[in-house]
Amino acid sequence: MAAVRVGSILILACAIAGLAACGDDKKAAGAKGGATVTIGIAAPLTGPQSHIGKDLENAVRLAAEDANAAKVVVGGKPVHFEVQAEDDQADPKMAPVVAQKLADARVAAVVGHFNSGTTIPASRIYNDAGIPQISPSATNPKYTEQGFKTAFRVVANDNQQGKVVGEYIARELKSKALAIIDDRTAYGQGVADVVERSAKAAGANVVAREFTTDRSTDFKAILTKIKGTRPDVIFFGGIDTQAGPMLQQMRGLGIEAQFVGADGIQSTELFKLGGNAVEGTLASFPGLPLERMPQGASFGERYRKKWNQDVVLYAPQGYDAFNVFVEAMKRAGSTDPAKFLPEVAKTDYNGITGPIRFDEKGDLKDGPITIFKAVGGKWQALATIGGPSQGQGAKAAEKN
Amino acid sequence: METARRRRLAWAGLALVAAALAVLPFALASAFGLAWVRVVNLALLYVMLALGLNIVVGFAGLLDLGYIAFYAVGAYCYALLSSPQFGVHLPFWITLPTGFLLAAFFGVLLGAPTLKLRGDYLAIVTLGFGEIIRIFLNNLNAPVNITNGPQGVNLIDPLRLGGFSLASRGSFLGFDFGGPQKYYYALLAITLGIVALNLRLQDSRIGRAWEAIREDETAAKAMGINTRNIKLLAFAMGASFGGLAGGLFASIQGFISPESFGLLESVTVLAMVVLGGMGNIPGVILGAVLLTAVPEVIRYTVVPAQQAMFGRVLVDAEALRMLLFGLALILVMVLRPAGLWPATVRKREFAR
Amino acid sequence: MDILLQQLINGVTLGSVYALVALGYTMVYGIIGLINFAHGELVMVGALTALSVIAALLRLGLGLPPAAMMLIALLAALPVCMLLAYAMERVAYRPLRRAPRLAPLITAIGVSIVLQNVAMLVWGRSYFSFPPILSVTNYDVAGATITDLQILIVLLSAALMAGLLLIVHRTRLGLAMRATAENLGVAALMGVDANRIIVAAFLLGSALAAVAGLMVSAYYGIAHYYMGFLLGLKAFTAAVLGGIGNIGGAMLGGLLLGVIESLGAGYIGDLTGGFLGSNYQDVFAFMVLVVVLTIRPSGLLGERVSERA
Repeated sequence: MAAVRVGSILILACAIAGLAACGDDKKAAGAKGGATVTIGIAAPLTGPQSHIGKDLENAVRLAAEDANAAKVVVGGKPVHFEVQAEDDQADPKMAPVVAQKLADARVAAVVGHFNSGTTIPASRIYNDAGIPQISPSATNPKYTEQGFKTAFRVVANDNQQGKVVGEYIARELKSKALAIIDDRTAYGQGVADVVERSAKAAGANVVAREFTTDRSTDFKAILTKIKGTRPDVIFFGGIDTQAGPMLQQMRGLGIEAQFVGADGIQSTELFKLGGNAVEGTLASFPGLPLERMPQGASFGERYRKKWNQDVVLYAPQGYDAFNVFVEAMKRAGSTDPAKFLPEVAKTDYNGITGPIRFDEKGDLKDGPITIFKAVGGKWQALATIGGPSQGQGAKAAEKN
Repeated sequence: METARRRRLAWAGLALVAAALAVLPFALASAFGLAWVRVVNLALLYVMLALGLNIVVGFAGLLDLGYIAFYAVGAYCYALLSSPQFGVHLPFWITLPTGFLLAAFFGVLLGAPTLKLRGDYLAIVTLGFGEIIRIFLNNLNAPVNITNGPQGVNLIDPLRLGGFSLASRGSFLGFDFGGPQKYYYALLAITLGIVALNLRLQDSRIGRAWEAIREDETAAKAMGINTRNIKLLAFAMGASFGGLAGGLFASIQGFISPESFGLLESVTVLAMVVLGGMGNIPGVILGAVLLTAVPEVIRYTVVPAQQAMFGRVLVDAEALRMLLFGLALILVMVLRPAGLWPATVRKREFAR
Repeated sequence: MDILLQQLINGVTLGSVYALVALGYTMVYGIIGLINFAHGELVMVGALTALSVIAALLRLGLGLPPAAMMLIALLAALPVCMLLAYAMERVAYRPLRRAPRLAPLITAIGVSIVLQNVAMLVWGRSYFSFPPILSVTNYDVAGATITDLQILIVLLSAALMAGLLLIVHRTRLGLAMRATAENLGVAALMGVDANRIIVAAFLLGSALAAVAGLMVSAYYGIAHYYMGFLLGLKAFTAAVLGGIGNIGGAMLGGLLLGVIESLGAGYIGDLTGGFLGSNYQDVFAFMVLVVVLTIRPSGLLGERVSERA
């Protein structure tokens, strides 16, 4: 009895679905050279990192608006750009789901994701679907080591970032006792490992390696242990939501070591979360500071006018990623991903973040790394290492 | 007369269901997109998990809040034996059963120290066990890199037989026959097998022993049932299905990391079992399907619906999804504490 | 060895926080045998409410002393938490009082999820920092640092536990509670209004949660909608460790868990020769729990209950 009911309902549903499919030609348009092109943006729009994700979405929307205002023409036809934003909640389980959703919607390209932990699983789906993907912020080296032709990034990766930081700690800070903490996430542990290796190689002495999680708020136990080893520098691989309380607890325990972090802590939120304890902290960023970027100041102005807030972190990279796609489409004369994907690899574009060129893996060539210092409640650029103006191999530091 | 007619109708019903299930992936893919076939695959995985947990919680009445650990064990077992992590690429007919057995072993490992514990204490210990497994998986990358820690294991082999891979694209009678569709049939076959196994178990001596323990352990012992072994068997069998599902999950996703195996997952599977109708196989299947499909539907519809109604998004999809999930748990428990489709025995037990 | 004292100080403070929260769990469990999974969320709501009040007071620019602001914040958080607890009891738990174990457990999880998400909608998703109104002074004790806030937390939870014990053992309300905990049916026959007593237990528990919320957010300096989950889990573990249903057990379990976690994180590396590090500190705590429960299935101070049918 029940089986008959269930069965008939199911068959009916399938029949309806089948009929719906016949009458549905929405899927045909989109990337196949129609007048409207959708670019996807995937980032954590909800959750503790939503301020960074929203920042990216804002940037891409601004870029789309600018492109539409400029009346871009591709292959002789005017193109109108749309943006489809998806929330991956910084969750590696959610990332493939979101990626599949964007792939099903036949977006022409994707700016995303934000975290390394989400960018890597999603990249598989984009690769299978042939959709070019530029991450504005994922720094884990594995992303471009998978051999996917569709994977690119417009920031330096952790191998480069961690190396610079590790060497800075050893050479500039002349650390004799380095303690390292990471938050056991793909990002935090990845960058901490590279820092440890490169600091040791440059002559620093690592006295402690401790761990926490990306949900903890109590770090007293590990900080006390570290205090016992009397470090002069503490490096933390993790993000601002942990770094803030960690700094407060550090000072509360009377630890006066220099605190260094990577791009995960280099945000405006850190000052709210850590208060006075943040003063003097150093953080690296796989790019240039906004005011040093060729068109950074004007971008910051336009962003503030449109969205009523300052750039949070990776907005310039997101903006540039969008435009790399537009440029590639223009050069290929087509909005079909199969046609403009090879052009993306050949990009030689001057974005607001600086010159953008990709190497054969999809990494940014000559990506600069900036070391920032927290001074008076704001981040001040201290030194820029690497970058195209310095040339290959040279590591000249531009002091502020 | 009556019986023959009913039997014919039952067969017709089953035939309809079978036909529907057979064409489901194609219908979904054409109408709504490949993403929905993935959702169905996910639902099938959860059905397997729910059925496995059903053995522990529904049949034997043992409260397990850390069930997802077995899913993790199976997934990592498959992943470590079929990926560049160790450079080993064993075929699936070795790796899946290995995961199955390894999970069963862990099930016994969990069961052994908890035999004397009462309901609530059992809950916290199983919860702790689940967390312990997850933490170990997240940290076993130093000094020896076993699980690759929080970065997870990537580039896992899909199910392959000779040259035929379940992940590759292809076409079949003019329809797109890609990875998700092929996996659907594999998963469906395995799920049906598990369902059949569970039905047999329920009516077997072991199944009845479990029921006896669930109802009154002391009396069961008095009747001569070896409660210790039967309980361990429940843990082992339940865990093994979780392990099998985990291995399949790893092969479909191609990437696993410890983040997928947290407490919320355990709770979700438990909710599927309890909401669906603890101990009743069709109920549990219903619970699993509902709790997988409905959140997805919400995710796709809630934003456009709010745009249409209010012109902007008041509550984002994820918040609404979790909110409704929580409300569903409360409402179903308060209004129908035996579950949506309970076994008749349970209905009487919960009658107020 | 010189960090041992510091780790102990950390541990005792952390443990007092756990104890404060565990008291709430144990109160409710003692009377109706329900694990209120949503208790951690009550702490979270208390913390966020207090934070919002303090932020509002600062915006008004009244120039109140910090102690006064904390007090006002507490007085604001208390009714919110107590109201929530009352609603929980009436809507989600009372209908299931006669149902077997599993139903109220699932409902409690449901309530916990709902509260988390409502808090997220009300307060947003970002982390809130506790306004820097407290000037914390460090005291040097034999090479270790202890702050006045830490001392306050330890003393406060000790005082609250003492107060609770007083209520339970020296007042008529307490007598009624103990009777209801012993046997609800017989207590009702003796004239005890079981519903009122149960509500009283929830209200007391949630009041403790509000205090705990204020203290936790002041101590760690941040609060957010998800903070109740982990804290609740740890506190629940502490309560079970000490013997759930037993007030002294909750205190003991809390302190023990805090100390174990601190010492574990500090020394686990040395103990295992570098094989395990502080990344396993949560595992440590759970393993201790398993060991304790294997030896004493009802917890450290729990009553020896014979296996009921």
